[in-house]
Amino acid sequence: MKHNYLARAVGLAAISAMTLGAGSALAKDAITIAVPSFLTGGAAGPFGIPAMNGAKMVADAINAGKLPAPYDSKGFGGATATIEAIDEGGGATKQVAEYRNLVEKRGVDAVVGYISSGNCQALAPIAEELKQFTIFATCGTPRIFEEAPRKYVFRTMGHATADNVAAAMYVKEKYPDLKGYTGINQNYAWGQDSWRDFDLTLKQIMPNSMASDKTQFPKIFAGQYGSEISAMSLDKADLIHTSFWGGDLEAFIFQGNARGLFKKKIGVFTVGGTAAYRLGKKLPDGLVLGARGPYGILVRDRDSALNQWFVNTYKNLYGTYPSGPAYQYGQAILAAKIAYDKAGSDASDEALGDALRGITFESFSTTVEMSLGGGHQAVTENGYGITKYDDENGENVVTDVKFYPGSCIMPPEGVNSVDWIKGGMKGAKC
Amino acid sequence: METFLTILLDGLQFSSYLFIVSAGLTIIFGVMKILNVAHGSFYAWGAYTAAFFIGKFSDMGMPDAMGFLIIIAAAIVVGLILGFVIEQGILKYMYHRDEVLIVLATFGLFLVLEDIILIAFGTDPYFAYQPMALLDSVELGGIIRDVYGLTLIAVAALVALGCWYLLNKTKWGTLLKAVIYDREMGISMGINVPLVYTLTFIGGAILGGLGGAYIAPTISVAPGLGTEVIVLSFAVVVVGGMGSIAGAAIGSIIIGILRALAVHELPQVELFVVFAVMAVVLVFRPEGLFAPAKPRKI
Repeated sequence: MKHNYLARAVGLAAISAMTLGAGSALAKDAITIAVPSFLTGGAAGPFGIPAMNGAKMVADAINAGKLPAPYDSKGFGGATATIEAIDEGGGATKQVAEYRNLVEKRGVDAVVGYISSGNCQALAPIAEELKQFTIFATCGTPRIFEEAPRKYVFRTMGHATADNVAAAMYVKEKYPDLKGYTGINQNYAWGQDSWRDFDLTLKQIMPNSMASDKTQFPKIFAGQYGSEISAMSLDKADLIHTSFWGGDLEAFIFQGNARGLFKKKIGVFTVGGTAAYRLGKKLPDGLVLGARGPYGILVRDRDSALNQWFVNTYKNLYGTYPSGPAYQYGQAILAAKIAYDKAGSDASDEALGDALRGITFESFSTTVEMSLGGGHQAVTENGYGITKYDDENGENVVTDVKFYPGSCIMPPEGVNSVDWIKGGMKGAKC
Repeated sequence: METFLTILLDGLQFSSYLFIVSAGLTIIFGVMKILNVAHGSFYAWGAYTAAFFIGKFSDMGMPDAMGFLIIIAAAIVVGLILGFVIEQGILKYMYHRDEVLIVLATFGLFLVLEDIILIAFGTDPYFAYQPMALLDSVELGGIIRDVYGLTLIAVAALVALGCWYLLNKTKWGTLLKAVIYDREMGISMGINVPLVYTLTFIGGAILGGLGGAYIAPTISVAPGLGTEVIVLSFAVVVVGGMGSIAGAAIGSIIIGILRALAVHELPQVELFVVFAVMAVVLVFRPEGLFAPAKPRKI
């Protein structure tokens, strides 16, 4: 009988050991995260490179366990992540092929990134088809989660509706007597959605202000806007809305400034934050400047431990303050860590999705609520300020900064952005 | 009247930019029968070289007026080096090959030169605003215009005049026309055709570089800027007639003015108008509006 007990104990111990052994064989020590961003083309310098810098900086800190609490545990669910930098240039067709290659041939564990709305729009159904855990970091078109439900795709920042509703609200507060407005936006999903949301919101909240019937939609990366600047100068509208970004943004500021455009008209730049540190004194005073959320120059002075770590580490590593894309990519990498910590480094794509779906987390500069699109689309606050060159310190600053809560500038769950704005933004908690 | 003047000036300014770049493209095609996709890279290299040195000289405290000399020097240096190396190092060995193969070779060169730009200058855009800031602005037709942009029209007129003089009033122009008309006959008459080819390619490259160098102070000089210009230049050359300087001038003016008109009056069709013009010309006159007459060999 005694012998029987001993045999059972040995058997149980063996099974336990085998189970533990199997468990440790499944847990990964290392994972690979593909991070697509513009590494070539006009968007690389102002957008793609800072974004990649932000992603790498945060991933390195996570690997080393050097992020401030509560993210000071080492690794992604304990695993060390290798960041595989991918060039986002070349258009949506190339990116779809590249994405398939990353998932099907190279077997990356997660994909975190993407700046262009056109690319995100094309890739969302592919990610769903391939069942690949994917976090969109920066792209802004609201259509991603409004046109179809998603299971594997997430976006960890607000979308274009938030940028443009907030811009319209800021305009209403600062320029209540505005008589007319026009816009210049790139002719693709991002530019069209941005103008639509800004225009629809102003129609709702400033019905006496008239939209121009000659809004401009030049091709993306056109680079020269002489005729457009002339047309807008002659237009009676006293405000110009633009969602230009990257090299197009900087070229437009140069050309418009040389022709006194921003002395005659109020310029509203929803993505202008990326130019603030790069253009220095060449950025005109008095522009209404956004950063696609609480990022970059708008939040540099926020004194949370996470934000101060982000600002100081980035400045030490790259010699400049972090702009919006650096924050947005850092935030997306942080979200990946949260998902892996919760689900485990060996988790399936479904489990990673479950771990991120619908959560609220504290990011570097703001609180992120994954509360739209079935818990896949983030809601954050969004803010604007007015540019001013600080002669004393030799840098641009923003004054009159105002933030709007996410619940004020984004539609409630299940409501399409356009319908929400057209319906008078019901349920907005401002 | 204000709108008319503004459309005219906007159109002419854009036409001038198109003409300077496409003149080089059409000269190379006219003489050498090469559809040179790498022409976009000459433009990009001109822009980068000018922007880089304007920035450097400005940092050294040199007067902003130096920017104009740098623009000219950048165009010449880029054209001389790239034009000579590409023609002598690659194209010379391909003249007997099919024209399509040569187009593919120049496309490959375009990609290589774009990547070399990334290696040489990095991904950060360059700003060379000093020449534009130096010339200030002026009010015309009720709006402010930068004088630098207006000088582009004068530069394009000088290029057109120079090309006309070279082709019609010099011995070199006569030799060029002879080679354009009949290469074999030119060789049999003792013309040094390889030398004509080399100098033509260098000349075309200098014009491509000049387009980029002159536009650099008005833009953010960033990777990929050669792609946009080559597409527009092809449209101009197709409309005007491949190989015709007058065609490039007229094609540039048609596209520039119609585009400006669209931007002012019907912005929704701005993207469409350039290629609509090209499509109409291709339907009714596939050889272009001013294609040079071709001899019929018996």
